[in-house]
Amino acid sequence: MTDRIPVTVLTGYLGAGKTTLLNRILSEPHGRKFAVIVNEFGQIGIDNDLIVGADEEIFEMNNGCLCCTVRGDLIRIIEGLLRRAGRFDAIIVETTGLADPAPVAQTFFVDEIVGRKTKLDAVVTVADAQWLERQLHEAPEAKNQIAFADVILLNKTDLVSAASLRGLEERLRALNPYATLHKTQRCHVALDAVLGRNAFDLDRILDLEPAFLGPADAHHDHDEDHDHDDHHRPDPTRGPGGLVHHHDEDMRSIALATERPLDPDKFFPWVQDLVAKDGPNILRSKGILAFKDDPERFVFQGVHMILDGDHQRAWRDGEKRESRIVFIGRELPEERIRDGFAACQT
Amino acid sequence: MTLRLNEDQTLEARTRPVSAAGPVVAAHFLGATAAFVLGEEAVLLVSAHEERRVATRAGGILAVAADGQGVVTGGDDGNVVMTRADATSVVVARDSARRWIDRVAIGPKGAVAWAAGKSAFVMTADGTRRALEVPSSIGGLAFAPKGFRLAVAHYNGVSLWYPQATSAPQTLAWKGSHLKVTWSKDARFLITAMQEPALHGWRLADRTDLRMSGYKTKVRSLDWTANGDWLATGGADQLVLWPFQGKDGPMARSPRLLASAPAAALEVACHPKEELIAVGYAHGLVLLVRIKDGAELIARRPDDQAVSALGWNAEGTLLAFGTEAGAAGIIDLR
Repeated sequence: MTDRIPVTVLTGYLGAGKTTLLNRILSEPHGRKFAVIVNEFGQIGIDNDLIVGADEEIFEMNNGCLCCTVRGDLIRIIEGLLRRAGRFDAIIVETTGLADPAPVAQTFFVDEIVGRKTKLDAVVTVADAQWLERQLHEAPEAKNQIAFADVILLNKTDLVSAASLRGLEERLRALNPYATLHKTQRCHVALDAVLGRNAFDLDRILDLEPAFLGPADAHHDHDEDHDHDDHHRPDPTRGPGGLVHHHDEDMRSIALATERPLDPDKFFPWVQDLVAKDGPNILRSKGILAFKDDPERFVFQGVHMILDGDHQRAWRDGEKRESRIVFIGRELPEERIRDGFAACQT
Repeated sequence: MTLRLNEDQTLEARTRPVSAAGPVVAAHFLGATAAFVLGEEAVLLVSAHEERRVATRAGGILAVAADGQGVVTGGDDGNVVMTRADATSVVVARDSARRWIDRVAIGPKGAVAWAAGKSAFVMTADGTRRALEVPSSIGGLAFAPKGFRLAVAHYNGVSLWYPQATSAPQTLAWKGSHLKVTWSKDARFLITAMQEPALHGWRLADRTDLRMSGYKTKVRSLDWTANGDWLATGGADQLVLWPFQGKDGPMARSPRLLASAPAAALEVACHPKEELIAVGYAHGLVLLVRIKDGAELIARRPDDQAVSALGWNAEGTLLAFGTEAGAAGIIDLR
């Protein structure tokens, strides 16, 4: 179905500016109508026709997976909103500052009706430049929100020095080099930087190049409206197994690449076993795969143990048939992942 | 009356089309008047001579229950509204915090129940109101067939509540999110539809668990045959019938599977007198299915509009249907 209603999830630690971003989205003259699902209903001034308070009720699915938690209240609210589907173009879910984004994201893959009528567009995380360092140190929730994000707004940049801003960026990049990063003040950002991202759309998995901080970055940290989609790509230093990783204490990302074709009969059992065993620690995963004797690119993406994959398109003439996979998570078993991936290569 | 099912025949010539002009979320009969409940605002009352659109509220309609006398709706305006065949629509209760009313039920002697979040409410005909708080949001409400007792489904089980007693509700525990809840006609079994593609049940005498799985999707429609022998459900690409004739119900027994189709069965409605079931599918097909021999009769041809509402009149001579896309009609089987 092409007309599924896009859903944007706004996360961010307490006080980072989620509500500021939400109000900015709602007040821009875009002509779009939003249904807004907020927590702490009534405590904040949000001017919108369709606004619903949520309870953040999380429960575990009875499918043998401890990490397969979903937001039951969200299923109910979205089913209710769908009764009035003609009245809005998109849904925005604002989570509490302490929320784990995973149950929200998983809801869209687990519930059949929600998944059929709506689609997760992106997880947007607002980070407070002034307090982020301390929050990352003290609050596992803050780290989860950064690692899980598709889009990060590093907000309140006017409250920190250029040097500490650069340090923060490095820290964010270490946690999640695959998110699009915007530096903002009062969440001032172009709407298309946070909406219509299609971050969970298999057709939009284009490349999996991590973003690095280039030397040039130090010189333009004032450009809050600048689109930081242009990832800086100094030649990544690759280990012997095509392994690149960026780590931040326990939370890290692991990227693997190979030009040797993969054997699907080995790869699928391996990746399914990996997420079944290590799913609780794997926040996000993505991959572009070249299978042996397969003229088409296969793409997948996952949240904890939920994997979603499909053939995307034919490999183009002259296109390098390289398989790349990326995991973001905590305490990832690097050696085991590398060995397992190597064993899938033909 | 006896229905003669003839496989060569469809019922299209006997269908009176109704333009709902919006998604139909439920269809019920109030005597001879069909009540099509829309996704927003109104109930469309269709009698032999006229169609009347009766406003219930300005917002979305989230929950519906009916008993042949009236239709109770709950909505995102926090109101519980009773609509009757004479086109009167009355707010019978308001949530003080304007929370969504997303579950409702009709009980004996004019009692009405509704749920908002974790709170269940019961109001008797004299206006007395009682409330019950449960540990998580309420997924389903159902009055017991006898006595004044309400089943309240929530996370990790069902609370059985005697609203007029002071004792705490009994809890039937089973991990997971319990949504719809229904009592067997003899009140010996309680069945819930879960977030997972499965039903869960309890034999109430000894609280034995019943696990009914194998579904393709979440089950969103359940109904008992008139004699209570079968529980009909959607949730698969066919009609699923769980046998409840014996003392053990469906324990260690397989369901009967009838009326396979290339799309999921979404809605089921059992004939009020015979072992005949109307089944509505995701691609728009409505079949009448006779349990005895599995005979099928096409009541509505597929057109890719998901069937979202089915309801029989009390005599079983009229079947009302509605779709997500706003098509609706009344099929006359006389």
